[in-house]
Amino acid sequence: MIKMEKVSKWFGQHQVLNDIDLSLNKGEVVVICGPSGSGKSTLIRTINRLESIQGGRIEVDGEDVYAGHMNVNSLRQKIGFVFQQFNLFPHMTVLDNVMFGLVNIQKRSKKESMERARSLLDRVGLLEKINAYPGALSGGQQQRVAIARALAQQPPVMLFDEPTSALDPEMVGEVLQVMKELAKEGMTMVCVTHEMGFAREVADRVVFMDAGQIQEIADPETFFTSPQHPRAQRFLSDVHIR
Amino acid sequence: MYLLEAQYLYQMLGGMVTTIQLFIVSWVLAFSVALTLVVIRATEWSVARWLVDAYVEYHRNVPLLVHVLFWYFGMPELLPESVRGWLYQHNAEMSLAAIALGLGAAAYIAEDIRSGLRAIPDTQFEAARAMGANYLQGMRYVIIPQALRHAVPALIGRALLLFKNTSVTMAIGVAELTYQAREIENDTYRTFATYGAATAMYLAGAFLIMFIGARIHAYYAISGGRNA
Ligand SMILES: Nc1ncnc2c1ncn2[C@@H]1O[C@H](COP(=O)(O)OP(=O)(O)O)[C@@H](O)[C@H]1O
Ligand SMILES: [Mg+2]
Repeated sequence: MIKMEKVSKWFGQHQVLNDIDLSLNKGEVVVICGPSGSGKSTLIRTINRLESIQGGRIEVDGEDVYAGHMNVNSLRQKIGFVFQQFNLFPHMTVLDNVMFGLVNIQKRSKKESMERARSLLDRVGLLEKINAYPGALSGGQQQRVAIARALAQQPPVMLFDEPTSALDPEMVGEVLQVMKELAKEGMTMVCVTHEMGFAREVADRVVFMDAGQIQEIADPETFFTSPQHPRAQRFLSDVHIR
Repeated sequence: MYLLEAQYLYQMLGGMVTTIQLFIVSWVLAFSVALTLVVIRATEWSVARWLVDAYVEYHRNVPLLVHVLFWYFGMPELLPESVRGWLYQHNAEMSLAAIALGLGAAAYIAEDIRSGLRAIPDTQFEAARAMGANYLQGMRYVIIPQALRHAVPALIGRALLLFKNTSVTMAIGVAELTYQAREIENDTYRTFATYGAATAMYLAGAFLIMFIGARIHAYYAISGGRNA
């Protein structure tokens, strides 16, 4: 479903991604972790071309993401993206946020879009907030709306960039719950997160990144009980202390 | 009271109607041009940015009266004889005044919207693009509506200014409120009463604009603030 081969990226002189190889089959869930600044965000942002790459190749759903003829807007409709800071549209109601892609990008009918948006909001447990504005919601609620919004165009792939890092601790659970359900329903997901419980429960593999490179890929059990890379060992002890 | 004489009353009210028409037409023009300028200016394309900046600087540095005179006396010279003749027979002063006022105000309104735009975090545009919105969709549905909300107070000020500035078009013979006041004053020599009445009418118009502006401001306020 997603295939990255020898992907490299520089910001000026600074190499941020170095020969990244990563593949996901349909329905797989991969968790990416690693210290701050190691290139996790940059990595997932290259998958939907929010960042460009200078070397290598990325395929999503069998299509070369960086092919000259690739229409970046139709590509992005097939890749849901959830940001750390939610980035809901504050001038639209919750319902309009979720309907946005369907109505304004895909030009679907109001009726069909509304039905789908309502069922998604039901799924993330926010049906009663349909007419609220994002500013009136808690962080956890906003992030659940953001997930519903990203799902609206029915993308086969979902990317999450630290979706719970901006949340108060008591709200992390409700967002992870939605993500776990999604994973169990067979969504293909790449999640940058340090939530180890989440990784244990639903990840097929854990990727540890440092300094722009993938240092270790393992199944969660192996990774958590016996990490091979010294930096991964240090990283895990830091995370557990927190 | 002489102003109650039907003739002068009609003349004054007629002037007010013309002022309001001129204000509305030039506002609509100004707003559309301003939005276009903002959308072009926000692209990364340097030629477009340079052109928009030149447009704004030109209008900010040329006195409005000169700009109006230029449009009325200068611009038509560029038109073919037949078009020019037709124009001057069809209320040319009104339409050229609206164009001159509208294009001038557009430069300022564009700047107001642009400062509103700067208040919107880049991540808003990125969120729209990440869903597959193209540049224009992102601007139209996500960025501009938010920028306009930020700009409402400044835009109310611009609208008041434009309303008052309609009076300079008397210089090219537009029969608006100030023009009619002067005509009446020439007829009657009642300077204080005539201009007093005109002043009261401008004030009434300004209050109406402020009232409508406040309603728009309240209606479009982003409920719950930008972020919880
Ligand atoms: N737009 C940018 N311009 C220049 N450098 C950047 C930019 N974005 C990220 N970087 C740099 O790239 C590196 C990786 O960043 P990032 O992918 O955000 O790391 P992570 O998400 O793992 O914390 C960091 O050193 C960061 O400073
Ligand atoms: Mg990051």
